[in-house]
This record gives sequence, C-alpha cells and structure tokens, in this order.
Amino acid sequence: MPSPALYFLKRKVDPNSRSYAADMPSAAEYMRRVKEKVREVDPKDARDATGLNGASANGAGSGDHARLIDVREQQEFEESHIPGAAHVPRGYLESRIEGAAPDRSEHLILYCASGNRSALAARTLQEELGYENVESLTGGITLWKDRGYDVEVPRALTAEQRSRYSRHLLLPEVGIEGQLKLLDAKVLLLGAGGLGSPTALYLAAAGVGTLGIVDDDEVDVSNLQRQVIHTTDRVGEPKVDSAETSIHAINPEVEVVKYNARLDASNIMEIIEGYDIIVDGVDNFPTRYLLNDATVRLQIPVVSASILGFDGQLAIFKPYDGPCYRCLYPSPPPAELAPSCGANGVLGVLPGTMGLLQATEVIKLIVGSGDPLVGRLLLYDALAASFTELKVRRDPECPICSRDPESISEEEMGVFPDYEAFCAAAG
Amino acid sequence: MSVVKIPPVLRSYTGGEKEVPAEGSSVGQVLTALAERHPDTRGQLFGEDGALNRFVNVYLNDEDVRVLDGLDTPVTERDTVVILPAMAGG
Repeated sequence: MPSPALYFLKRKVDPNSRSYAADMPSAAEYMRRVKEKVREVDPKDARDATGLNGASANGAGSGDHARLIDVREQQEFEESHIPGAAHVPRGYLESRIEGAAPDRSEHLILYCASGNRSALAARTLQEELGYENVESLTGGITLWKDRGYDVEVPRALTAEQRSRYSRHLLLPEVGIEGQLKLLDAKVLLLGAGGLGSPTALYLAAAGVGTLGIVDDDEVDVSNLQRQVIHTTDRVGEPKVDSAETSIHAINPEVEVVKYNARLDASNIMEIIEGYDIIVDGVDNFPTRYLLNDATVRLQIPVVSASILGFDGQLAIFKPYDGPCYRCLYPSPPPAELAPSCGANGVLGVLPGTMGLLQATEVIKLIVGSGDPLVGRLLLYDALAASFTELKVRRDPECPICSRDPESISEEEMGVFPDYEAFCAAAG
Repeated sequence: MSVVKIPPVLRSYTGGEKEVPAEGSSVGQVLTALAERHPDTRGQLFGEDGALNRFVNVYLNDEDVRVLDGLDTPVTERDTVVILPAMAGG
C-alpha cells in the first residue's frame, strides 16, 4: 500500500484516468479563456498611459501614469526591458507584487515576451489579489519593439564576472552597482614599489577596470623584500612590465596603462588627466608637491601614503572637499630630516599594511561607501602596534587650494619655499 | 607633566626616546622644556627667530596647534604633544 502522497502522484499519471484530462481545455483554449477575463492594451495605448510617449518628462510609474510591471524571468529582464518598468517575475508574483505596487487601485500594465504570461499574471492579480485596474500588454515586449518603441538595455555582469566578484556582490555596500563602478574606474598608481605593489594587486583583484602605473625603475633584488608584485625571475625587467604581468595573472580583465617614466613637471598633466583617483606612493618630496598642485588644479582625489622604518602615514587629499597636501605640510623638511627608505630602511611588511589601507580607501571612494579618510591623517606605528588619528584642516591661506583651480599655473606647480636649496641639498 | 611624542627621525636627538615627559603650561613651554632636556632638538623645532619651523607640525592631542593658539596653546598634564614629520618614503 503506497503512502497517500505517492498514491496521489501515481493517480495523476495513470494512463487509465483519461476521462479527467479529456474534460480539460487545450493550452491554446485555456489562454483564450484567460484573455477573455483580462483587459488587454495595445502598445500604443500603453505607451501613452505610461508617459513614455515623450509627452511627459517623467518615466513610467510616476504621477498619474500607469505603472509597468515586467513579469518575465531575471535573464530576460536583464537583456532588455521597457524603461521604468518594475520587475516582478511571474513565479514570485504573489509574494513580491506588493513591493512594486502597494496600492491595489493603481493602474498597472503587465507585460512579458508575447502577452501570455502577463495575461495569466493579470488574472491572478485581479481575481486572487484584488487589484482593480490591471491590463496586459498585447504582444508583449516583442510587439513593443516591433513598433520601434524604446527599450532599455541595462548593463549586467557576465557569468564569469558574477562568479569572480561574487563576494563583493553579496555585500550591500558594493553589490552589482558598486562592482560596475569598480569596473568603470580608472586609478593611477604612482610607483610600482613598496606601496604600489600590494595596492595594485588588490585593486586588480577587486576588478578596478583600468590601472595606470607610473614607474621608470627596474626590478632589483633588494626590492623583493617588500615589493610583492615583482618576482625573482623578473629582476632587471622594467617595473611597469613586471607589474603588468602580475596584474594580468590575477585578473586578465584589467586594462593596464604603463608609463615607464619619472613623473615630472613636463609630463604630469598629460599623465594624470582622465584618472578618477590617484594613489600616491612616491618616494620624494618634490614629486609629492608637484602632484598635489596638479591634482588640485584637475580636482582629482589623491589617496596618499608614506612609510619609513616602522612608521606609516595615510590620508586622502580630496581637492576642495578637504585639505590638500600643502595644508598639511606647507613646506618639506630639510634633507637631513627626510631620509629615504633606501637610506634608512623599512620593515618589509609595512608598505603591505599601508598599501592595503590605501587600496581600501580607493575602493570606498569608488563605490561611495563608508567614511573616507578625508580631513584626517592616520599614523601607524608598527613597533607599538598602534594607530593614531590626527585632524587635518583646510588652510584658508593655502597657497594652492585656497584659489580657483584654473588660476594654478603650470609654472608654480611643485614649487615650494626654499625649493632650489632643497633640491640642491638632495642632490 | 605632559608627554611629547618624538617621531622616528628625531629620536637620534633624544637618545632614542619615543616619549619625553616635559613641563609647561603652553605648547611653547613644553617644547622649550624638551629642547632644554635634549638640546639637539632645538634646531629642528625652532627657527632663529624662535618660531616653530614651517616644516614641523605640532599637535595637541589630535588637533593641529596652528588652528589653536600656536605655541601659546594651553597644555594640561593629561595632554599629549605630538611632533609630526612629513615623510616621503614609498
């Protein structure tokens, strides 16, 4: 004796029980009967009712316009849909319709590919859920397109991207929108050295679409203690080439723009223009001042870090939103107080820590989440294992960012008090 | 007594000390006390006119003394004075 559930299943497929099925209409007859019970609307009238005829600046679903509901599957909706349509797949109709159309007296126009699924959905809404003014679009989006009416083709991630970035997509702070922003972002890294190495690797992994790298150096074996983007077998290669190899090994989708050059007054404007964010990890003061002035002029935010020994500093200089580098440091220290990592040494992991804090701030700026490190300076003392945060104010008398960006001339960029003496002392 | 935090580049002038206790009721007095205790720091902190060097940032706790009262900013015993150097290592 089968269980009641199995008995039920068995009865349904019993070839001897044909009389029950014989009373049922054919699929075509069933659809005809459904369509008799719902109101259908021609694409032209739907276009007028939804305000998509150009008579109103408002899209579908606003004001007195009818609201469009797309009842197709996710994949069909992603390929294209009528502008302004809400998406409620028919399989989730009953559970999700209230989210899209809470008012049951609202004028709704449902559509699918050809008009059948939307008719079934319209019948459900009016007969089961009490919606009073529901119509089904005749011929669905297919006829709508045949009439030459507009459809929206939204951007979507490929299956490979959905898989690669799945851990980002799960975060509400990033999600598909944030991931698309990352893919569109253009970030310039100054230096593929200690700071630039981890930053570049993680930004590439995160899917930042374009990474520019400026570095005129070649990989040296003494770099490998901290510059993890390079490898032993690439000693002697230009750093930009070595960095590109590692970036593409992690994420072949990233476009790498290589500048095998030293950033200076003659090339800075040309190189940095068009980038959304600049990551500063340069190893000398004159370039940091030059970079500041050029980025204030072009209003490009700079995520800046510096390291020495066991200490690191990090800040974002976002022109006109917060202080610039000159507001924090009006003039550089004399050469004897500004040793380089080459002269003084640096703990190998320190640029890793600081570079990844930089990468984190870059991603936050791109996706627009969290509190960016603007107007704050973060100090990290690796030996003490302590972070200190200092406030950084805009200087109302700053020689650069207190002025209009257009008034900053190329001649004065990168110049600071005692500039000539500084550079002479630095050799 | 307040505490002055010494950045790495100045530690060779303080005998390696990272934090130096210093007496004083203003930022200027505290830094002068530091310079008396470790005379080699004086030339790094102050110019010939006795003003703070432009390249030296001094914070009272987390606030730049330039937006407070500079060297006249009052200091209590619980305060920390931070000397901040610009660094350019990368």
